[in-house]
Amino acid sequence: MFETLILMLDATMRVSTPLIFAALAGLFSERAGIVDIGLEGKILGSAFAAAAAASIFGSAWIGLFFGIAASISLAMIHGFACITHRGDHIVSGVAINTIVAGLTVTLSMYWFGMGGQTPTLSGDERFLSITFPFADALADVPVIGLIYSELLSGHNLLVYLAFAMVPFTYWVIYKTRFGLRLRAVGENPHAVDTAGISVAFLRYRALIICGILCGIAGAYLSTAHNAGFLKDMSAGKGYMALAALIFGKWRPVPVLLACLLFGFLDAVAIRMQGVVIPGIGEVPVQAIEVLPYVLTVLLLAGFIGKAIGPKAVGRPYVKERA
Amino acid sequence: MTNKTTPYAIELRDISKRFGAVQANKDICLQVPAGSIHGIIGENGAGKSTLMSIIYGFYEADAGFIEVDGQRVGIHSSQDAINAGIGMVHQHFMLVENFTVLENVILGAEGGALLKGGIDAARVELQRLAEEYSLDIDVDAIVEELPVGLQQRVEILKALYRGARILILDEPTGVLTPQEADHLFRILKALKEQGVTVLLITHKLREIMASTDNVSVMRQGQMVAHRETVNTNKEELAELMVGKKVRLTVNKDDATPSDVLLSAKALSQFDEQGVKRLKDVNLELRAGEIVGIAGVSGNGQSELLNVLSGIESMSEGEIHIAGEVITAQNPKNAAQMRDLKMAHVPEDRHKMGLVTGFEAYEAAVLGYHNSETYNGKVIMHRKVMIDECKERMAAWDVRPPNPHLKTANFSGGNQQKIVIAREVEQNPDILLIGQPTRGVDIGAIENIHEQIVKLRDAGKAILLVSVELDEIMALSDRIIVMFDGAVVGELDAKDADERTLGLMMANAYNEEQEGESA
Amino acid sequence: MSQAKVPAWVNIALIPFLNIMLAFIVSGLVILAIGENPLEAAGYLIYGAFGYDEGVGYTLYYATNLIFTGLAVSVAFKGGLFNIGGEGQAYIGGLGVGLVCLAFDQTMPFYIIAPLAIIGAAAFGAGWAYIPAYLQARRGSHIVITTIMFNFIASSLMVYLIVNWLKEDGRMAANSRTFEESAWMPYLHEMLSPLGIDIGTSPLNFAFILALIFCVLVWGLLWHTRWGYQLRTLGTSPSAAQYAGIDTAKVTIWAMMISGGLAGFVGINEIMGVNHSLLLNFTAGYGFAGIAVSLMGRNHPIGIIMAAVLFGALYQGGSELAFEIPTITPEIVVVIQGLVILFSGALEHMFKDRIEGFFIRRAVA
Repeated sequence: MFETLILMLDATMRVSTPLIFAALAGLFSERAGIVDIGLEGKILGSAFAAAAAASIFGSAWIGLFFGIAASISLAMIHGFACITHRGDHIVSGVAINTIVAGLTVTLSMYWFGMGGQTPTLSGDERFLSITFPFADALADVPVIGLIYSELLSGHNLLVYLAFAMVPFTYWVIYKTRFGLRLRAVGENPHAVDTAGISVAFLRYRALIICGILCGIAGAYLSTAHNAGFLKDMSAGKGYMALAALIFGKWRPVPVLLACLLFGFLDAVAIRMQGVVIPGIGEVPVQAIEVLPYVLTVLLLAGFIGKAIGPKAVGRPYVKERA
Repeated sequence: MTNKTTPYAIELRDISKRFGAVQANKDICLQVPAGSIHGIIGENGAGKSTLMSIIYGFYEADAGFIEVDGQRVGIHSSQDAINAGIGMVHQHFMLVENFTVLENVILGAEGGALLKGGIDAARVELQRLAEEYSLDIDVDAIVEELPVGLQQRVEILKALYRGARILILDEPTGVLTPQEADHLFRILKALKEQGVTVLLITHKLREIMASTDNVSVMRQGQMVAHRETVNTNKEELAELMVGKKVRLTVNKDDATPSDVLLSAKALSQFDEQGVKRLKDVNLELRAGEIVGIAGVSGNGQSELLNVLSGIESMSEGEIHIAGEVITAQNPKNAAQMRDLKMAHVPEDRHKMGLVTGFEAYEAAVLGYHNSETYNGKVIMHRKVMIDECKERMAAWDVRPPNPHLKTANFSGGNQQKIVIAREVEQNPDILLIGQPTRGVDIGAIENIHEQIVKLRDAGKAILLVSVELDEIMALSDRIIVMFDGAVVGELDAKDADERTLGLMMANAYNEEQEGESA
Repeated sequence: MSQAKVPAWVNIALIPFLNIMLAFIVSGLVILAIGENPLEAAGYLIYGAFGYDEGVGYTLYYATNLIFTGLAVSVAFKGGLFNIGGEGQAYIGGLGVGLVCLAFDQTMPFYIIAPLAIIGAAAFGAGWAYIPAYLQARRGSHIVITTIMFNFIASSLMVYLIVNWLKEDGRMAANSRTFEESAWMPYLHEMLSPLGIDIGTSPLNFAFILALIFCVLVWGLLWHTRWGYQLRTLGTSPSAAQYAGIDTAKVTIWAMMISGGLAGFVGINEIMGVNHSLLLNFTAGYGFAGIAVSLMGRNHPIGIIMAAVLFGALYQGGSELAFEIPTITPEIVVVIQGLVILFSGALEHMFKDRIEGFFIRRAVA
């Protein structure tokens, strides 16, 4: 039983990693007042760019670089539409998601002659698991051994980076000048403007960070978690990250917990496949899969707590005529 | 180099600003001596706020320049203004509501990439400022949990923390209780003693007289007078503010009011922030009379119209109409009020009276779209609507008389005629009219005024809200003055003159009377 | 006021035309970038979509789905609501159709099943939209987020129902059993052949006629009923709606339900018209494509028909194109679709403000 739990938690960490990156990306964006339902498209775009570059250049690091670059480009299109041209944030996000869904398949066909795939990655083309010192030796120590060798050790670099990003985000948001301004611009851009700070520049910078984090999420999917790009491989992770962002009420640590919860539910769903629980019968996997969305809807409707987002989110900033 | 012994703290030279067709500021000159409190008064739309926004770098002037301490400064952004030592307390506070006082104060002046040092320094500095100017505040409090008066204090602290030597306050007492306002003026005096120059924008004469050293008057985008406060009085300022306009004349006989058709009892309304916007208003409206509501805009007139017409619900009080009693517990919406034979020409025809994307004939049934006249079982009778619209356009001389033109494409006067025609032709018993001639050309004004008088003579009860004193005086049989959400005076139109009304609108009339009788 | 001097054709024709051209040009550049000739590609695309009877049939079959989802998006949009949940509503609408067909196909004739299936599609689609609508109108949750979540919930629900309950025993594929022919929408080529008209064999079926009928109905509803009047008032000016005493919560809920019902009709075309069984993922992104259709069609049924046919042509022509030039995948159509959403939706102000400014200046001068 204990071993099963550890294995499930281990899976949770792997599944949660892209959610954590993407949800933190959304946090930077939405805290600055930009709604980003384009997380999905940025993850997918980056997953493709990372796998393609890793395959061509033979390096996961170069893949990561291209993944981030692709994701930032998409974020800048979003900024150009929403910040510069005061376009609708949702429409722009839908546009980006749609373009990427088509473009990744088109380009993979062109570059690799494979409809919606990149060649399988191996060796240096991927981020491989890191085994902690003495992990094997300690594996047999009761309780702690299993936790150390299975749960903590044996993940790839990006998994650890995801968890490290949470305190880092917390620090940026709450402890730096940039974070203060970022939070302010999502609440009341007029206050920021009258304090002599450029609203547009601030929001563009937030979107760049959003792009970087989504880029890492995408690269993780195609060069770490999997060995190559597959058509539509983001599979709704961007939307689930958005749900986690709302569920975590736009705060770094609760967002992490939401991502872990959603990741855990995913691991549970896989475990529970076909398992019959005495007295209840077989729990449909879909019922567990769907929980993150149901919980988010209930939260938004105020049935379990209250999710209040940044006040100015989604509204284009226009200087008012006094 | 210069023969000025002490340069002005701030000097404006020939500032002009145009928004499209509107000349908001024209050749404005202003000199403000250092360490003085300088009042700027004017009616709504006189251009005060635009001028202050130019000084604070929110807009750039089309022409003219600004000198601070005798040095010409280019102010292209708020940052430039801040660097020049100018701070501003906006009418609507520029605060991040879920931030602490401290966070709000340092926003934009954090003193480094990390907050820690800045916050600690700010804490010390705020302590000092608090003692120096008696601006006590809990710096760790969340702003939205503070009362309005303290929020305003945060705004002042924000400016001072940035080293402002010139402080602009835009209608600072609009949201304050009298006690809070008094405290504010004590603070301003303290600031002045420390050498800070204060620019106070207001339409309240009492505040000007009580606290300023000098006063400048704006009217229709221009600076019309400068006075030393000791050498002027409220009457003169009121007159300068309102101006000697060409008297509008409307031919009308004396009113013969009969039954009370509408009465409001102790009507009150709180806004979302819990501020009381309408304060225990009592009023009666009789058939065959026009009651005018005078007041500087933003003193509760809009709220009164919205509550009476059912657009917003009241918080307290009662409305008696057509044998029914409407209360907060028993509200009626705008459609239900129409069924009680009340019609409403709203103050803002673009936002409420019309749907600007609609064709004229569609807008001409707004609010009456459920009427049997326009509806079959399922389909609306388009032809009936269009024909009726044509008839009305002819009767009211709407140009062009094209029922298919988008309402946005009519001139202001013709838009207003479409709205008034719609409301009047329903043959209501009670008509509420807000700003009937705002943005309407001169020719149409006369026509609209005649129609209003005709309705009165036909026995309708009419409530007229207008910020144009002329209009109120020309049309009304009885005038009610509102100030700060409350009715502060009522007089027969025959006894009303600009001076009296001006004083009442600035809530200075009673003090004046007391002063004379004492 | 800025509209005062801008000629009507600028907004109705010029700006949409420029936006779609820009989307095509960028797509052309993509094709150029992958080393193919965009003009040649366009040639294949047009031939594939309109060059022969079957092609036209397929084009209109795709357009049928897009008309339904385009109408769905635009009805909500007319009321100022962004219904991004068309995909889920279409999916659940299809469930309604499937259940009706499975329940009655062995006992009832077509003329009874068809109306029931139409009601089933509308009721299920509307029901699925009702919850987000209610939560927005009465509890203030954001309709966009809720409808996104409901897309996923719909997807899981359908997997569960089909795999666990509706799947035919002993079959691997996650399909229900195939309906009896009494529950098949007649193909247009079969309907027309007795009249001596040969339009070539294609999945185009009676649902297309239904789509056109619903265009007329939606047009009538929006512009000729008082409910439509209230909806358009609310969508254009919420403050005017309040002034007019319109019950905005009620109008919001109904708008979303009608929107969801319309999206549900995708099930008529796909389930009853083509697949003849309830299966997974038959919505294939039509719900999202409806956003592009409605944006391009400027929320008017005529515009929506035109845009739907254009996108239908892209879908069909895209397959032809992929066949002729194997380096180009049919997904290029999805790229074009996204670019249309970008240019005529998110970047609408980019051209609009400049062009209108040009005409205003010219009119003033």
